[in-house]
Amino acid sequence: MSVTSEADLVRQDAATLSSALSAGDITSVELTQACLNRISAVDGTIHAFLHVDTDAALATAQDVDRRRAAGEELGRLAGVPLALKDVLTMRGVPTTCGSRILEGWRPPYDSTIVERLRAADVVILGKTNMDEFAMGSSTEHSGYGPTRNPWDVERIPGGSGGGSAAALAAFEAPLAIGTDTGGSIRQPASVTGTVGVKPTYGAVSRYGLVALASSLDQAGPCARSVMDAALLHEVIAGYDPRDSTSINAPVPDVVAGAGNGDIRGMRIGLVRELSGEGYQPGVRESFDKAVAMLTDLGAEVVEVSCPHFDYALGAYYLILPSEASSNLARFDGMRYGLRAGDNGEASVEEVMSRTREVGFGAEVKRRIMLGTYALSSGYYDAYYGQAQKVRTLIARDFAAAFETVDVLVSPTTPTTAFTIGEKVDDPLAMYLNDIATIPVNLAGNCAMSVPIGLAREDDLPVGLQIMAPAQTDDRLYRVGAALEQALLDKRGHALIEEVPAL
Amino acid sequence: MAHITREQVQHLAHLARLELTDEETAHYTDQLSAIVEAVERVSEVAADDIPPTSHPVPMTNVFREDVARPGLDRADVQAGAPSWEDDRFRVPRILDED
Repeated sequence: MSVTSEADLVRQDAATLSSALSAGDITSVELTQACLNRISAVDGTIHAFLHVDTDAALATAQDVDRRRAAGEELGRLAGVPLALKDVLTMRGVPTTCGSRILEGWRPPYDSTIVERLRAADVVILGKTNMDEFAMGSSTEHSGYGPTRNPWDVERIPGGSGGGSAAALAAFEAPLAIGTDTGGSIRQPASVTGTVGVKPTYGAVSRYGLVALASSLDQAGPCARSVMDAALLHEVIAGYDPRDSTSINAPVPDVVAGAGNGDIRGMRIGLVRELSGEGYQPGVRESFDKAVAMLTDLGAEVVEVSCPHFDYALGAYYLILPSEASSNLARFDGMRYGLRAGDNGEASVEEVMSRTREVGFGAEVKRRIMLGTYALSSGYYDAYYGQAQKVRTLIARDFAAAFETVDVLVSPTTPTTAFTIGEKVDDPLAMYLNDIATIPVNLAGNCAMSVPIGLAREDDLPVGLQIMAPAQTDDRLYRVGAALEQALLDKRGHALIEEVPAL
Repeated sequence: MAHITREQVQHLAHLARLELTDEETAHYTDQLSAIVEAVERVSEVAADDIPPTSHPVPMTNVFREDVARPGLDRADVQAGAPSWEDDRFRVPRILDED
């Protein structure tokens, strides 16, 4: 790699940087400093980061350089910088989950993901902005102000992991970690022209991931290329006895999948229920072109029906708030985080209610009350109980579809990035952003969003979603790599190169 | 079907330990009614004989070896506490006046 400037360096993908580091063309300190300088230069505008861990990042980089110079055998991503979503604990580093209720809290332990990143000598640059407790699709519900989309700073970068996606698209970091409960990795990837993967439920440990909805939450890799996502996936996935839902089985060979990209003879299903009305014309057009590419690449494309997907949004917005209302009961102002109204007179119940009133934002309160309602006696069977049955039917739809096809595809999101403020107090309009991504979380299988072009009407990125059966995450990477290469051949450069200068 | 009343919102807020303002209560009454109306479509699906799914990967009796592991560092925990006294979390009184 010939790197002429810092500006050039920060635009490289992780795989290229990894080779340059091991060849001794660049040092991790140079690379880390370049990212930190880029953050200083653009994050005032983008606001992808809630905390930049400058000193620790440089210390890690220095340590990697020293050990590499001493001839130590290091991992593939050693010395490569990464942005960490603020929903994962990191010992001694502020972790807010985008909420004022955790302002200033420094966790006393590392999440398993952070442990694995440290063990792989990845340089963690800092913590990224998100919708409060991962509730949202725009990052506008952060208690610390919105993140802006590098493609158009008047628009949202998606959510809840808008900070992680924007950090990639603004060239502040080559890699990022996201978490996906209903689309929070894939939807931000789609609207920022980046790659995001929700692994199979149980593939990546949830230990130290502050819970939103425990049966849906899954952390995963975010990157600017399919191979980079695979390299990061390989580092963070694997069995962890500290998460009782962790899968005790080998991780599918995702790096081999990303290196393959041969989809000849593969059977690909178009989900009838995830298209048509409600999808922006430019999104549909880009999607149709991408599907034509899949056919050209030798895949056999057929239409399949998943009839219960029409009920996924309803089931999700009953199950998620139910689990969230229970999980968020831990924020009571007693052991950590904010405490409000403790005047020596008020009772614990009054202090708790006061703390939660001032500490939580509007969307969190809405969902806590919705969940409390869905779980209350007299409504439980009609709402939560029925939603759990719909969840079974959605899993059966997937199982039936995967009898005849290897993967399913759809647009990742119905529209491109919308403008900041447009849907912030219209919860139903906001929830519709996740209509195509939610079914996978309910069933627990895996999915990826990969960029496929710009929408004709607004020149904003469009993503294609690939869905595969549980524990076949490598298929996502195979199809993703094929599309990425076809798009590269067509445009002559990666889509991400078209992000306007900030 | 479902119309959520102001009284219901107040009750839910109490159950969830949220001290809402009057303005918030009015706002959430409208919004929660609209959301519940949208999600109650799930009841259209005839599913009497369908088993519920609570978890995508069913697992039962997940145990670990009964060996001691280090706990959290006491000083770190204290540093994160909102109030600390005599080497313990200090909490407000737990009983109401009446």
